[in-house]
Amino acid sequence: MTAVPNIASSTQRSPLEALGNWLLQYILRPVLQILLFVFIAGGSISLLALVVGFVLQTDWHGIDILRVPARINLFEQVVRQLPNMLLDGITIGFVYAVIALGYTMVYGVLKFINFAHSEIFMVGGVVGYEVMIRLRAADMLSSLSPLVVIVLMIGVAMVICGTLATVVERVAYKPLRGAPRLVPLISAIGVSFFLTDFVRGFQALNRNVFNMPYPTDQVTFFNERIVLAQGVSTTNTTLIIIVSAIVMLVGLNYFVNATKIGKGIRAVSQDQATASLMGINVNLMITITFMVGGALGGAAGVLYGLKTTNVTPYIGFIPGLKAFTAAVLGGIGNITGAMLGGLLLGMLEAFFSALLPYFPALGLGYSDIFAFAVLILVLLFRPTGLLGKKVDEKV
Amino acid sequence: MKTLKLFAVVAILALIGQAFVAAPTSAQSNVIKIASHSPLSGGQSLLGTAIRNGTELAILQLGSQVTDLGFTLEFVPFDDQATPDVGVANAQNIVNDAAILAVIGHLNSGVALPASEVYNRSDLVMVSPANTNVNITDRGYPTVNRLCGRDDAQGAAGAGYAVEELKIETAFVLHDKTAYGEGVATFFAAALEEAGVEVLGFEGTTETANFDAVITPILAQAPDLVYFGGIYNQAAVFFRQAREKGLESAFMGPDGMDGSDLAQIGGEAVVGLVYTSAAGPASLYPAAAQFVEDYRAQFGIAPEAYAAEAYAATQIVINALVNAITENGGALPTRAQVAAAVRATEDFETVIGTISFDDNGDPKVATYYILQVASADPEKWGENPLIGSVQAPSPLTAKEMMGN
Amino acid sequence: MATNALFQNGAPQSQPNWREALPTLFALGYVAIVYFLLHSIDRSMLLFPLWSSILFPMFVISPFIILGLKIDGRLKVLLIAIIGLVLMPILGLEDTFYLELITQIAIFAAMAIGLNVVVGFAGLLDLGYVAFFAVGAYLWGVFTSNANTIVQISGAQAAPELFWLFLFLGVIAAAITGILLGLPVLRLRGDYLAIVTLGFGEIIRILVSNLSNISSNRRTPINITNGAQGLPGIVGPPLPDFLVEGVANLTAALGIPATNVRALTYQLFYYVLVLGVCAIAALVAARLDNSPIGRAWTAIREDEVAAQAMGIPKVRMKLLAFAMGASFAGAMGVIFAAKNTFVSPESFSFIQSIFILAIVIVGGMGSIRGVILGAVIVTLLNLQVLKNFSLLINSLKNIDWVIPIINFPIRDWPQQLEPARYERFVFGLLLIIMMIFRPSGVLPAKRRQLELQAAMGKEEIPEAEIIADVETIKPEDLLGNQPKEQS
Repeated sequence: MTAVPNIASSTQRSPLEALGNWLLQYILRPVLQILLFVFIAGGSISLLALVVGFVLQTDWHGIDILRVPARINLFEQVVRQLPNMLLDGITIGFVYAVIALGYTMVYGVLKFINFAHSEIFMVGGVVGYEVMIRLRAADMLSSLSPLVVIVLMIGVAMVICGTLATVVERVAYKPLRGAPRLVPLISAIGVSFFLTDFVRGFQALNRNVFNMPYPTDQVTFFNERIVLAQGVSTTNTTLIIIVSAIVMLVGLNYFVNATKIGKGIRAVSQDQATASLMGINVNLMITITFMVGGALGGAAGVLYGLKTTNVTPYIGFIPGLKAFTAAVLGGIGNITGAMLGGLLLGMLEAFFSALLPYFPALGLGYSDIFAFAVLILVLLFRPTGLLGKKVDEKV
Repeated sequence: MKTLKLFAVVAILALIGQAFVAAPTSAQSNVIKIASHSPLSGGQSLLGTAIRNGTELAILQLGSQVTDLGFTLEFVPFDDQATPDVGVANAQNIVNDAAILAVIGHLNSGVALPASEVYNRSDLVMVSPANTNVNITDRGYPTVNRLCGRDDAQGAAGAGYAVEELKIETAFVLHDKTAYGEGVATFFAAALEEAGVEVLGFEGTTETANFDAVITPILAQAPDLVYFGGIYNQAAVFFRQAREKGLESAFMGPDGMDGSDLAQIGGEAVVGLVYTSAAGPASLYPAAAQFVEDYRAQFGIAPEAYAAEAYAATQIVINALVNAITENGGALPTRAQVAAAVRATEDFETVIGTISFDDNGDPKVATYYILQVASADPEKWGENPLIGSVQAPSPLTAKEMMGN
Repeated sequence: MATNALFQNGAPQSQPNWREALPTLFALGYVAIVYFLLHSIDRSMLLFPLWSSILFPMFVISPFIILGLKIDGRLKVLLIAIIGLVLMPILGLEDTFYLELITQIAIFAAMAIGLNVVVGFAGLLDLGYVAFFAVGAYLWGVFTSNANTIVQISGAQAAPELFWLFLFLGVIAAAITGILLGLPVLRLRGDYLAIVTLGFGEIIRILVSNLSNISSNRRTPINITNGAQGLPGIVGPPLPDFLVEGVANLTAALGIPATNVRALTYQLFYYVLVLGVCAIAALVAARLDNSPIGRAWTAIREDEVAAQAMGIPKVRMKLLAFAMGASFAGAMGVIFAAKNTFVSPESFSFIQSIFILAIVIVGGMGSIRGVILGAVIVTLLNLQVLKNFSLLINSLKNIDWVIPIINFPIRDWPQQLEPARYERFVFGLLLIIMMIFRPSGVLPAKRRQLELQAAMGKEEIPEAEIIADVETIKPEDLLGNQPKEQS
């Protein structure tokens, strides 16, 4: 997303033209870019699936672990489940992308892995549950428009998680500025332990619950089936996830590339010392980065909760790990890279999970191995991720 | 300065020593402690806490049997964090406290196996409410007992019902990649294949939230039955998402499904699900219904899976303590005596049914109840109808029967 | 500052003769009093958990205090040997919990020393270190377990006597795994390396939990690791009878009732074994750090390009760091499997890698003495201090204690907030606090501490002084005089 507004020429144009230009620059272009990513990731994975399906459908007598049971025509199966596989990949890919942004933004400005981000994400999921339960208690869940419910859930989660991320930064990371990079990492792990148990204790006292299932069955809109083709259907929830993720990604793109604060954040991520010499309030920029990253994490938590229907204090860890992997895959510190990485990782997961069950000697359990193997392969050829810049050599 | 500091440290130490070496020991010699040992923190804390709570409730309600004999009965909860290292360290801590005469635990077989080695060395009795792994009792230790069924028996019981009553021809078997889930699912799948049912897939997944990718290949093969070897807080999410994606197969699971949260999380998707359980349903056992009520009154929540088993395990331990004390002429029994008394349990009525232990510590005959979820309302969990039951003798008992 | 004073090496230059005996007297007094107190508390006391979790850590850190004092080198070694080989075993025979704790401390310490070679010396962040531990544990486990795996069926089961050979093989296997991991990631730096090592750790864990069948026909499975069921019935090396008899005589002499002498002997044996491996690891790491190899690692850590320009073979050095670091974990893995008689994939989760990394950072990255102390602190915190705190609250609850002043009956404390359930919470909090107040670790490497102070702007240090300080670091500074005396 390298949108550079051409300020000099836009001043001379008519307001309408300026608006058009703005729309093109900040809405249309990023949306198209996201769609392009979806297309690239989806297309390449589909192609891969078809090729693998075709090549492996014949019995490979030499290699036992690649043998498919005789009753199954692998190619046919792959074709049959391809649309569902793509849908699965895109949905979870967008969730990963939104979480990965939190990792990548913090990495961009502070150069450290914010391990507590997965817990911020979890808190988002819990806040979404609380909002929904409270709405239900007030008998407003079924009477309010589903859109309002969603906006309310995401909005509250963004505010709370943004604030939480800022507080975490103030308390646990700020005093460690300038320490070796591993020190804030350990502090972040401490925050992560602290937050999971804090939420667990809080919800145990508050509602005496551990599992927090979203009452989505109260809102018929969420469960309405959209039939895309024969045997391929999805629910409105999936649609909500994809649309809100795109809105957030576009919003973030605008924020980072077109606003003054965004410019400040970019400056700080390039060179803190010089940025501060230029009159940029580095501390403020770091706080804002955490706030934005946390808000996005919180929103992703709500989306994940809606999708998976149950939230516990421990849901953060695995999506957090995956999203971090996605951020590295795309090139950590690079916002566009995080999106591409998230979508690709989601696709890869869907691909391996869809194919591995047909090989009795392997099985679903290996899907993470393959996902990590792909990551390692990518890094072998592009040591700084798919879209990462080459690291400047210190001389 | 420095030497002053050094001597200050020594002096303070000496003072502390004076203070407590002289102080009287407060605890008396007639204290008996029962420990619960399960994960109380981390992702598995839900079930670990249920074990802890079940034990505590039993001690609160039935402790008077021991205190009436002139002893003080205390409850000590331990957190094994579902990690073998922590479990073994705790086990050492437990065996060195001479007042602890019994352990109720663990949740994870991976922790129970090394920890029970430590208990066994000190003759400390362990009664497990949840470890279904066959190796737990197959070692033949005199101190290790369990109340829950064995994986092999339960898997076969479920498969028998699926073949005979549900008349399925194809099945897809999933498990949660824990020792418990994988074990029971393995035996279930093996029994199905023996009966001529085609097992379309046998897969393990550690996924707990987003099952999309798992469901897609199942959907493409459309099996008659989907079996999930695991615990309900993972399984319910899977079942719900599977129904939402349009999977119409019948659902089945082991005793890990037995908890009202299955209905709470799964909603309409789990209505009709068939599960096997070694714990007698509330509809058959009035004591079980009473237990659910008491548990709710004490802890404010419905009992999770294994709470009833932990309660029953503590019932057995308290009964054994009373017997051991009586046999010992009213004096504090040794650990070995308590272990022997637990092993001698014969036709003892507990909240989950009647229990006798065989020489390996397995229940002599385990009854598997087959139940079906009737309502999406978690409040009505206790009303799930009983649709069958299977008697499964333990391997030792079966061998004896063969010998006769 | 009081603790700082204890750990500092330098003392005023000229002192009268009698003053030189003071540190020795202090050390003797400290050890004697702590040991006596620890010996005299017993579990029937109400406040036992409190005293035990104050006194045992004090006892365990006594070697570090002795190392920090200005005592004659030979005396230091003698004192530490007495603590480690006489006092500790006796204490452990009386209460085997202490023996278990010190054994686990030593296991984690050896692994932390290994990770310290990779992270602290060579500057390669490894988030999947536990994988090497798993390699060692499964190597011994697969070949001796009584589970029905391919090894058993094919009859390739190893005899218990082969333990020593496998201990060696574990080192080799882990080192090879380290090189295999190192080869593809040589080009990567910093956090890219971190995620790849993390992925590698996960790959090993997923592999061992999935290798329960590698045959395409499910009815004739080929089982290697027994999957999630884990490998039960792993054996340790056979112990000669005279050892068992010796321990039996010892317990009889000390008046300790021992129900199972053989088990007790095994516990003592594993304690001595892990202590030995830990000492060797510390020695090797200290020697390496101060060798041309160690200096090459430092150079690579500080500036890779410059190091290469100076002719340092980067590839070989990095691979050596991975192999060295991994080998310690491999040895410990073999011992761990034998000691626990059971291995399952649960023991090798990502959290374990983080736990070991936390030990290194808390102790002081780059400092061998520091990471051993880190292992003491983190392990004791997790296994003893926090647990005992829960036990204390529990026993106070049982006697209906009322907190004075605020008049709060402890029985009214909500069950949902029981301390036993929030040990991780407190652990997390302590990690944060520790990092904020001692970011360079409890016993930092001198060089690191200076760098940190300069970076955080707390103290201005002239460049020349840093260089001078680095140059004067000797192995004695890292490990006291111990290695010199032993070799």
